[in-house]
Amino acid sequence: MLRDITLGQYYQTDSVIHRLDPRVKLVTTICFIISLFVVDNLIGYLIAGIFLTMVIKLSKVPLKYMLRGMKSIVFLLLIAVVFNLFLTPGETVFTFWKIKITMEGIRQAVFMAIRLIFLIIGSSVMTLTTTPNNLTDGMEKLLGPLKIFRVPVHEIAMMMSIALRFIPILLEETDKIMKAQIARGADFESGNLIKKAKSLVPLLVPLFISAFRRANDLAMAMEARCYRGGDHRTKMKPLIYKKRDGLAYGVVVCYLALCVVVGRILL
Amino acid sequence: MGIIEAKNLVFEYIRRDEEGNVEGITRAVDEVNLDIRQGDFVAILGHNGSGKSTLAKHINAIHYPTEGTVWVDGKDTSDDANLWEIRQEAGMVFQNPDNQIIGQVVEEDVGFGPENLGVPTAEIWERVEESLKAVGMYEFRKHSPNKLSGGQKQRVSIAGVIAMHPKCIVLDEPTAMLDPNGRKEVIRAVRALNDVERITIILITHYMEEIIHADRVFVMDKGKIAMEGTPREIFSQVEKLKDLRLDVPQVTLLAHELGKSGLDIPKGILTCEELAAALGLPKKK
Repeated sequence: MLRDITLGQYYQTDSVIHRLDPRVKLVTTICFIISLFVVDNLIGYLIAGIFLTMVIKLSKVPLKYMLRGMKSIVFLLLIAVVFNLFLTPGETVFTFWKIKITMEGIRQAVFMAIRLIFLIIGSSVMTLTTTPNNLTDGMEKLLGPLKIFRVPVHEIAMMMSIALRFIPILLEETDKIMKAQIARGADFESGNLIKKAKSLVPLLVPLFISAFRRANDLAMAMEARCYRGGDHRTKMKPLIYKKRDGLAYGVVVCYLALCVVVGRILL
Repeated sequence: MGIIEAKNLVFEYIRRDEEGNVEGITRAVDEVNLDIRQGDFVAILGHNGSGKSTLAKHINAIHYPTEGTVWVDGKDTSDDANLWEIRQEAGMVFQNPDNQIIGQVVEEDVGFGPENLGVPTAEIWERVEESLKAVGMYEFRKHSPNKLSGGQKQRVSIAGVIAMHPKCIVLDEPTAMLDPNGRKEVIRAVRALNDVERITIILITHYMEEIIHADRVFVMDKGKIAMEGTPREIFSQVEKLKDLRLDVPQVTLLAHELGKSGLDIPKGILTCEELAAALGLPKKK
């Protein structure tokens, strides 16, 4: 059970989108998010919607996986919609008691909702089609130029991938410690929030100690295997752009241009 | 000069209080002399706290000697200029399999060492393939290490070290956290490396069964080398081993007790077959 947790909700299948270079996917996601804030009319959102539908179709990931991410933002979505609906000044269409709903309010609320939904779905397309490992690699490569400003890009990527590797191990360990404490009479279930939080102390302290010990061991093991930072390092799986990646970049650029034209100039 | 040589090696742990004043000094390794030849299978025995792990960490230049010198393939470990060469030539496998696997996929973990050495991509793949085949883990190359058993994880760790093409491998209690089956798997893999690839093996353990096949055995106690010899020589001194708080294999103990009771049995029996032969029993079919 706990062993089987995969992080970043990767959906295993073989599609064009899965095979794309992670850098392309990262850039595309960023461009898509930008496009959502550039466009400000129905046609623009229609284009974004078509683009998103196309990518989802190509990725072969079932739609319900995309929508799963929506659950966590329902509340946020509701707040955004309500605020926009009631608090945007403008031409009143509808008055109920003290609340006025304006034409602009409706428009803003609908657009905000579309924006948020597209945003979440768009980024989950990326995480569903890219392994966390690939994603870290892509990020390291993309942020590479920041090395000039002494940003420790390689180290950040290495930390991320180690963190990803140890999450299931630490989860399993938490489970073990919890059972050990329960066996000795610890109570994690009952009581109010404060009591529950307090009861976590005997769980967190051993977990932290063991995490530090693991970190120490791992650091030693990495040094023993000649790890000395990112310099002089070669890659077992280097990221190399293929033809399809170039094509994808082309599509993305066209899409973004279209959004800018429709959203800003044609208005 | 052998592949690994230590001369008058001393290592002291310094305990400090909160202000950084020296509270006490523990001598973990005390005047140790070693000379290990290329291709040997050496076992180092000792109970907890005997200094065997500390000694092992000197071979990989993780610890530097407080006094004395350690040479790996003729290179002084306390010289920083030799550090990476020594770490490449003397690989190290640690006790906890979870805490030494870096990659999220088996093959990526094995590739970690060669990546650090700056080996070209195509050659990394070759090395990963041959290393995983050498420990019999090739069919698991696409698996996540989290889903492997302890013995399998430890074999992956060994493959990770082999991929760096070391001349010797130091295994610091590689089987301590494994079940009996996992222990057998790991020891079999280690012996194969020694037999086939002629890699020098230094196995640190407190399981007696694992050292039977060693060429030479060192027994450590309180930081010093207390006994030295072939497994047969070591196991013929049952009483002395007991004084050092070490167990002997059950067969050896039985043979020893039988000998004490007056039966004519040679000293240093290591396997059931030998004991059966000594007792004049017919061979098992």
